Order: sequence, then structure tokens, then C-alpha cells
Amino acid sequence: MTPHLTRRRARVVTLLAAVALLGSIGAASVLRAADRAERRDRPHQGGPSVAGGAVTLDGGGRRMVFRNMAWGPYRDDLVSVPAGDPGGPRTAAPVRCLRFHAAAGTGVCLRKEETAVGESYLASVLDSRLRTLREFPLAGIPSRTRVSPSGRMAAWTVFVGGDSYAGGSFSTRTSILDTRTWTLTPSLEAYAIVKDGRPYHAADVNLWGVTFSDDGHFYATLATGGRTYLVRGDVAARTVTTLRPNVECPSLSPDGTRLVFKKRVPGLSPDAPWRLYALDLRTMRETPLAETRSVDDQVVWAGGNTVLYGLAGDFGDDLWSVPADGTGRPSRIAVAALNPAFV
Amino acid sequence: MYLAERGPAPADESEEAPAGREARAAQPGRTTRAISGTVVALGAVSLITDVSSEMVTAVLPLYVVAGLGLSPLGFGVLDGVYNGVSGLVRLFGGHLADRGRRHKAVAVAGYGLSALCKPLLLLAQTLPAIGAVLALDRTGKGIRTAPRDALISLNSTPENRGRAFGVHRAMDTGGALLGPLVAFLVLGVAADGYDAVFTLSFCVAALGVLVLLLFVPSGRAVPGQAAQADEAQAEPVTVRSALALLRRPEVRRLAVCATLLGLTTVSDAFVYLLLQHRLGIAERWFPLLPLGTAGAFLLLALPLGMLADRVGRRRVFLGGHVALLFAYGLLLVPAQSGWLPVVVLALHGAFYAATDGVLPAAAAGAVPPGLRASGLALIGTGQALARFCCSLAVGAAWTVIGDRAALALAAGGLAICAGWAAYALRGPETR
Repeated sequence: MTPHLTRRRARVVTLLAAVALLGSIGAASVLRAADRAERRDRPHQGGPSVAGGAVTLDGGGRRMVFRNMAWGPYRDDLVSVPAGDPGGPRTAAPVRCLRFHAAAGTGVCLRKEETAVGESYLASVLDSRLRTLREFPLAGIPSRTRVSPSGRMAAWTVFVGGDSYAGGSFSTRTSILDTRTWTLTPSLEAYAIVKDGRPYHAADVNLWGVTFSDDGHFYATLATGGRTYLVRGDVAARTVTTLRPNVECPSLSPDGTRLVFKKRVPGLSPDAPWRLYALDLRTMRETPLAETRSVDDQVVWAGGNTVLYGLAGDFGDDLWSVPADGTGRPSRIAVAALNPAFV
Repeated sequence: MYLAERGPAPADESEEAPAGREARAAQPGRTTRAISGTVVALGAVSLITDVSSEMVTAVLPLYVVAGLGLSPLGFGVLDGVYNGVSGLVRLFGGHLADRGRRHKAVAVAGYGLSALCKPLLLLAQTLPAIGAVLALDRTGKGIRTAPRDALISLNSTPENRGRAFGVHRAMDTGGALLGPLVAFLVLGVAADGYDAVFTLSFCVAALGVLVLLLFVPSGRAVPGQAAQADEAQAEPVTVRSALALLRRPEVRRLAVCATLLGLTTVSDAFVYLLLQHRLGIAERWFPLLPLGTAGAFLLLALPLGMLADRVGRRRVFLGGHVALLFAYGLLLVPAQSGWLPVVVLALHGAFYAATDGVLPAAAAGAVPPGLRASGLALIGTGQALARFCCSLAVGAAWTVIGDRAALALAAGGLAICAGWAAYALRGPETR
């Protein structure tokens, strides 16, 4: 055998050996992930107890409805618990949402749908018995959703990924829907922006995190030029007006006097840049809440002076609670629970 | 891989030594039009690497938002800054490759760096960390591009260079189309299995580096290139000698034309957005638009590369921009037809097929082998930076005068630049 042929054979053998080795590593990682996915469909020790049943968005006693993330057959289903016992046994309905919110008998469920061409996302508007009234295709990955206190208006925010090589830029798209007329504003960026008292145009505007005060008005976050602002939106006038800087994901108290939001606090690690703050809308004074960890969530008001938010836990996000006036201490009220709504 | 075993066709010294070319042409089973095994091997490396990188690109937004539960806004802030840096990295990679003629070594470093980024993604759990890994990944891409294109040109003959780049770009695009399919197949088998996607992506990338190491001969080891090595020694490669390339009229003309045309080439994202705005394509179909461009690119890369060999590379390069101009025109006219998106995407893909590989094929003829990677990097970087400036300008114009007016402006600029380029690039081209 000539030296040339020997070298060639050696190279082919090396390649085949590498294909076998790398193929095994790849296959093992896929199998391990598949096994892990399967294990998540079985209940884990000490997890919350969940049973199938009826979940409704009105009537009966006050309840908390949320996305159940606990392992088992009801993982990712909507569940309800009595508002007074958030850690108690859960009743599950066969509705799966990535993001959820509800008020006054109207629910919004942002969900994933497998199609022939890959995954796509939809916003389903639900009635009080979780039946789908209308569906709207989404342009990206669901992030936030809110329903107005009356149940008439709904808003949702999705992330639209950049399409350049190796990813890079993300932008948000926030839509507002009137469920009485079924008028959809696909992008809030169609609203006129008033910044510091003057009309404002820029290519890099992003809006997200709507919280409704009534069916005609809302607060939200606007980002441009590397800064974020609290804006007040007017649905009829189709305007958003900046109020103050460095406010993200505001959430309005039931009496409409206070906002709790996440604030980018200077000097913190870029890995965990946010703290929860309360803003009194009459005095415009800010108060830091007692939670000292970084929170990347739009909080939900559980009462006149308590907010709930998610933090990473052992089995998906856990639900934490803290007073909205800066007093007290945070406490964990439910494990493996996301996006609570009180009905 | 049989062809890859033959070693590189001692390509460009044929310009200096026609006797060598004839001798090679006399080898059994080889004609001057046949593609060298090294080019096919480089195409295979790109195909495999693109499967790996597009697997990650396809699932990354989902991983960040759904897997890690992060708000990725502000993620793209450094994007613009990094575009400039990656241009410099490309120049650096090209120059490094020419020094001591170590194209393969520099390409291995670039591909290797990107491969090593995949396991790092398993560790990066925060946005700044993921951003850093992506920047490193793109650094690897910047480093390898010029030496790889130089290797393609050095392993093809002046007669088949367009075809060689066509084969390479078709394989590259094929990999980019396969990657997302593989990634979503993995997520289908293993829900939320992002770690499996990243691990598999690393395995695929490592395989690409291995194919490069095993089946692409390093230029230095080939005895047929002794003449070039002598030349390289006689004239050492320095930053000054690389920059002096711009004093060659033909290099300068190509660089200026590529940059000017780049200034009027709007970004892909803008074309897709306009298609959507103009035609009201449902948002759920939006992710499919880039597939249309890639599909046309894949199908046309080889035929247009062969056409470039026959009728002239500059002509095809200019023709590609005429196709782009037609695409702009279709986006501007008020006519509505179900065929419009298909035609626009086909023209858009044809533009890439007629320019992406054809420009380095054209540039290779104007740059001596000893400075090939530096020269290709110079022209490619000018074009890339110009395109980036255009996307910034179009973004600003969009907000001030609206999307149609912004595109009309770009189309007018493109028509003027293409006309000027046709004048500047007239006359016979060096092969």
C-alpha cells in the first residue's frame, strides 16, 4: 500500500471515529433532554397537589387563577386556588398558556401552537368559562399580557427576534384589543408619542408592559435612546405621553393611586439590574419595596397593599409576595406558579 | 470526499506559470473547469458550520425569553458597535493569513473559536453573558471569512473561480437552511431541550473543524506552490503592502464600487418589513420570508457563478444589483398580486447569488496570491460597513419620511451607483 493511500485511509478512519464519538455525545444529550422532558410529566415528591376540574373566571368565592408549572400531567395548565389559600390544592382546566391574565370574566391566554412550518404563537381571548372567543396571531414570543379592570380591553407584548446572523437585536411589539368591537391595534407604535411635551419620532422606539387604569387609559413603558420612560396612554386620542424616566413594567394598584414597577438601579450588576419600587401618582414619590433581589416581572396586585411577582424556583417560577409600601418582608406564597390573576 | 483527497489545484501560480497549468490539465480526469476537492471540502466545512450556527440562531430568542425568562430588550444596543469591530477583525484575519501564508491555520482558529462558543452558551445564563458569547462567535466568523475565501480562490483556476465560489455559497446556504430544521426537530423530541440543541450544535461545529483539518491541505505544504512562497518571501507581507493594494487601479475600482453599491443596499430585515407592510402578509408567515431569499440563493449560486465565468464576474455582479433594483421597484409600484412576494424574494435571492461569491471571485483576479486574503478582506469589509451605514440611514429615513419614501431614496441611490459602477468597471477584467 502506498504511503498516500495509507494517509488517506487514516484520515477517513479519523473522520469516521470522530463522527461516531460526536454523534454519540449529541445523541446522548438529546436523549437526556427527552428523558428530562418526560420526567416533568410525572408529579415530583413534595410538589403541590393538582386535580382536574372546572376553572371559571367569575362567580363563587375570590380565587387566584394562574399557570401551573408543577411537574405532572397538569403541567402548564391553567389552575385555580382559593385566594385565601394560594399554596393549597389546585384545580386544573385543560387550557395551556405561556402567559395569562384575566379580569371581570375576560381572560387572555398567550399560547404556542405547533404547525407544519414550526411553532407559532396566538393570543386567545377567553370567556368566563375559558372558551375561546377570538384568536389573534402573534409576531413573536409572548412576554406580558393584561386585561382592563372592566374586562373590556386587553393588551399583550411579544418579543420579536432579530434576524441577523448570530441573533442580536430584539424588539417588542405591543398590541391593544377592544373585546367589545374586536378592534385590534397591532402595534402601539402607531400611537403618537409626546416626549417632554413635544412630538417625538425615532426608529428605536419600543413599548411594553401595559397596565390599564380604565377602558380608555393605561400606563406602559417606552424605551428609546437607551433609556426607559413611564408613559400614560390614551386609547381614544391614540397618544402616549412620557411622565418620568427609568420605569419598566408598571402595574397599577386597584384604587389607581400607585404603581409598582421594576427600576434599573445604578451600580447593580448588569446580570441582575432591577429592583421593585412603588410610585405614588399624586406626589410622584418613589419608595423601594422590601424585596432586595432583582425582579424581572410585571407585578400583580393581590389586594390594596400587596403585590405578587415571580422569581426562579426549583420547578419553574415561584410566586412571591411583598407589601407595596416598602414595609415587611418578601414571602413565598406558591411554588411552580406563574402569571396569577384574581377573579 | 474523494476529490478532497487530491490536494489543492495549484491555482493562481498558473497566472505566472502557464506551463504548470497545462501540466495539471494533462492529469487524467481533470479539466480546468473541474472543481478542486479542496473547494468542495471548504464547502462541506461551511455547510456543517452553518447547520451548527443556525441551530443556535433559530432557538436563541426562544431560549432567552421562554427558557431563561429574561426580557431581552436593549440586547441589540451593542450590535451597531460590534458591526464595526467585526469589520476590523475580518481585516486582521485576512492579514494574518497572508503573513507566512497560513490561511488554513487562521481559518481553523476562526472556526474553532466559534465552535468553542457553543458549550459556553450552556453556561451563559444572563443577557450580558450571552451577548459576550455571541460577540466571540462573530469574532470567529470575522477571522475565518477572508482566509477561507482566499483558499477557495487559490484552489480554483481563473477559468472556474466563479463556479468554485458558486459551489461553496450553495453549500453554505444549504447548511443555513438545514440548521433550524435540526434545532426544531430536537425541541420536538425534547421539550425545552435547549441544552441538547447547544450540545449538538457544538458536536456539529467540531465536526466542521475536523473536516477542515483533515481534508483541506495547508497551502504551505504543497510543493506546487513553491513559486508563490518564493514570491511571498521576496516581498514580505506587511500592513503597508496590504494597504498598497488600494493603489492598484483595479482593486481600488472594485473596492469603491462594492462600497458605493453597499451604501444603497438596504438590509434584509427592511426588505421583509416592506414586503409585509405593502402586501399585508400575516405576521405568522413573516419568519418564512428569509427562507424564500435563501432558497433562491441556494438554487442560483452555482448557475450564476458559472455564468460569471463565461460572461465576466463584474457583469454578473452588476446584474445582481439590477435584480435588486427590480425588487425595490416592485416594492414601490402600487400593483397588487399574489405573485409579488415570490418574485421579490426570487430577485432578492438572485441578488445574493450574483454578488456574494461573485465579488470575491472578481476581486481574486485583481489581487496577487500573496496578498489574496488581505485584498478580499479589504473589499468585503468596505462592502459590509457600507451596508451597515445604509441600514442606519434607512432606519432614520423611515421615521422621518416613511417607509416607501425611504426605499425610493435607496432605489434612486442604487440606480445612480450601479450606473456609475457600470462605467467604472467597463473594459476587460483581469482573471
